[in-house]
Amino acid sequence: MTTSIMKPTRRSFLAASAALGGAAMLGGRTASAAVDWKRFSGTTLNVNLVKSPRSETLIKYISEFESLTGIKVNAEATPEQQQRQKTVIELSTGKPSFDVVHLSYHVQKRQFEKGNWLADISGFLKDPSLTDPSLTEGDFAEAGLLFAKDAKGVLRSLPFSVDYWIVYWNKDLFEKKGLSYPTTFEEMVAAAEKITDPSSNTYGFVARGLKNANTPVWTSLMLGYGAAPIGADGKVNTTSKEAVEAAKLYQRLMTKAAPPGVSGFNWAEAQSAFLQGKIGMWFDGVGFAPPIEDPQKSRVVGKTGYGVMPKGPAAQASGTFGDGLGVVEASANKEAAYLFCQWAISHDMGARLLQAGAGVPFRQSILSDPKVREGVKMPGAWLDAVAGSGKISKLALPVVIPVTEFRDIYGVALTNMIGGADPETELKNATAQFEPVLARSEG
Amino acid sequence: MASLGIENSMADGKAKRGKPSRLAPNYWPFVLPSLLVVSAVIVFPWLFTLWMSVNSWTLGQPRTFIGFANFVRLAQDMRFWESLWHTTTYTALSVVLPLFLGTLAALVFDAKFPFRGLLRGVFVMPMMATPVAVALVWTMMFHPQLGVLNYMLSFIGVGPQEWIYNQFTVIPSLVLVETWQWTPLVMLIVLGGLAAVPREPYESAEIDGANAWQKFRYLTMPMIAPFLMIAVIIRSIDAIKSFDIIYAMTQGGPGTASETINIYLYNTAFAYYDIGYGSAMAVVFFLIIIALSFVLLMVRQRAQWSDMEDR
Repeated sequence: MTTSIMKPTRRSFLAASAALGGAAMLGGRTASAAVDWKRFSGTTLNVNLVKSPRSETLIKYISEFESLTGIKVNAEATPEQQQRQKTVIELSTGKPSFDVVHLSYHVQKRQFEKGNWLADISGFLKDPSLTDPSLTEGDFAEAGLLFAKDAKGVLRSLPFSVDYWIVYWNKDLFEKKGLSYPTTFEEMVAAAEKITDPSSNTYGFVARGLKNANTPVWTSLMLGYGAAPIGADGKVNTTSKEAVEAAKLYQRLMTKAAPPGVSGFNWAEAQSAFLQGKIGMWFDGVGFAPPIEDPQKSRVVGKTGYGVMPKGPAAQASGTFGDGLGVVEASANKEAAYLFCQWAISHDMGARLLQAGAGVPFRQSILSDPKVREGVKMPGAWLDAVAGSGKISKLALPVVIPVTEFRDIYGVALTNMIGGADPETELKNATAQFEPVLARSEG
Repeated sequence: MASLGIENSMADGKAKRGKPSRLAPNYWPFVLPSLLVVSAVIVFPWLFTLWMSVNSWTLGQPRTFIGFANFVRLAQDMRFWESLWHTTTYTALSVVLPLFLGTLAALVFDAKFPFRGLLRGVFVMPMMATPVAVALVWTMMFHPQLGVLNYMLSFIGVGPQEWIYNQFTVIPSLVLVETWQWTPLVMLIVLGGLAAVPREPYESAEIDGANAWQKFRYLTMPMIAPFLMIAVIIRSIDAIKSFDIIYAMTQGGPGTASETINIYLYNTAFAYYDIGYGSAMAVVFFLIIIALSFVLLMVRQRAQWSDMEDR
């Protein structure tokens, strides 16, 4: 092979020229030709990722990035909770051990902004020698840009993967009771209660009941009442009529239609309960779908419907969460790190993410590409739920620094409600606890 | 510096030959390395924690000196008082139950019967398992729908329990795991004590007509009391600082029903990044542990004295 390249015959030379010419005429991705991918060849990048199917997809193909750029990548992926702690502690020292950081927007956005830990990459995005022309701000879903830009509109990261909350529903159980997929909250409660039959260990609804993990369930329901936990004016809105109504709905679903012990359930317990085929509806993120269609793990293969969140009394909204990749302000290799982020959210990588069901890219051009859609392994209904949720997407958690305290304090109140406590009193107590925390951190 | 010290002392020795000071060696060169290490790894972190406890410092934000405000906040923090109560009940139950069951097991295993060695080996196995692995296995066993415990209860007509998934049963359920894992340790300590108990007092007690309970109450108990105290001390220290099992099984939930001071402290410092407040909590917790250690040491000494008097 080497011999034929070094000493080409006339035939092989012609064939190679024709192939090159053909490729040029077809166009391919001429855009990337403008980006000088090899500019930082020889650089070593340290990348800190959250361990998840999304980071596993990146790590699987990292050698492609290395051969494209000549950059050596040391990628470390740790479980979510530990990664969040590790990155914050390292970033606060001013000398983190990584150049690229994977962040959960719904928890860390404001904290990272206040600490000035992420580099301004607006300039990189406009630089044609660094950015492929196909990557534009307009290509990101609105929620993605909201997440990635700080309060002054400066781009601090690239939106990587979005998580919409949908309703997984068991078609068999619905059919047995002559029910169809609910279109409103009222129908959802009615269906959940109708399916529930403790004597056969069958329950109509399951969602997170565990403190902290359960808060997004309530805030997602609140969106249907047309309210957010913290208003645009920055005031806590959690004792409002809408917040109390959403909490009452949560309490009703979780006490009248959910399996016993649900107050200790995180997504994993809820998922394993749904996989057993004894749960009517499971409300959680779209990214938890792959095991459902895996016959090794699931008893509901081919029997599951994927529904967009039903309409609430005031609005139809899908609670939206997401993660992004940012270049660390303290990094000495900012441009090289930016190239990595760009590669990670590229068309090809986004397609792989979506096709494996490992995540949903924020880039609309990937979601709307028919070729990408064809390769998706999950059922069509899942993809429809993703697209449908995208249209009614709303941020479900407040963009404040003490998100974890918010989730913990209201999470305890919600767990107490599952134990029978009065929603209004619980929310009042929780608000009294949270307001000083918010004032301390944002003030 | 070190060698200089030795030379100086030798020179002094020559100058004052025959005087006792010649024999007074200079120990500092030998003490210094360990003193430095202890200062760096124990004294400095403690002073630093004390310093942080009088500051308001959240990671990513500037630090400000606030005096005792963190301690005042702590005194008014209901969640802290609740966690203190959880720590107390969890520790008390995790000491008493293994102590009772461990003593009982030691009495059983002290008797001679076939396969005693093998059964002792099986009995101490839980102690050898990693706490996090134990926690994961028990979490699955406690699962209200899929867990084996509820399945077994169904055979004897008992309805499904919620175990760690209910705020009222969570601490007893966690204590059950702790008891399962650490009863063997108490058994080993008490068994050691029983092996050292002489036969003669029992023979004379039998001649005096003492029954089994009287022999246990007035002979065995006083003689193994020092060993029981060691078990109490080890178990108390272990239980009060217990973190792994609780964190892996409930993370302090449902709600905050099993949140001990350790878990609350960890959340404050590493989930809310409120280092100042977390440090104040660590300082208070440290004082509580010091107080408890004093009480235990006093009780231990009393147990030893009574033991001496008995002999």
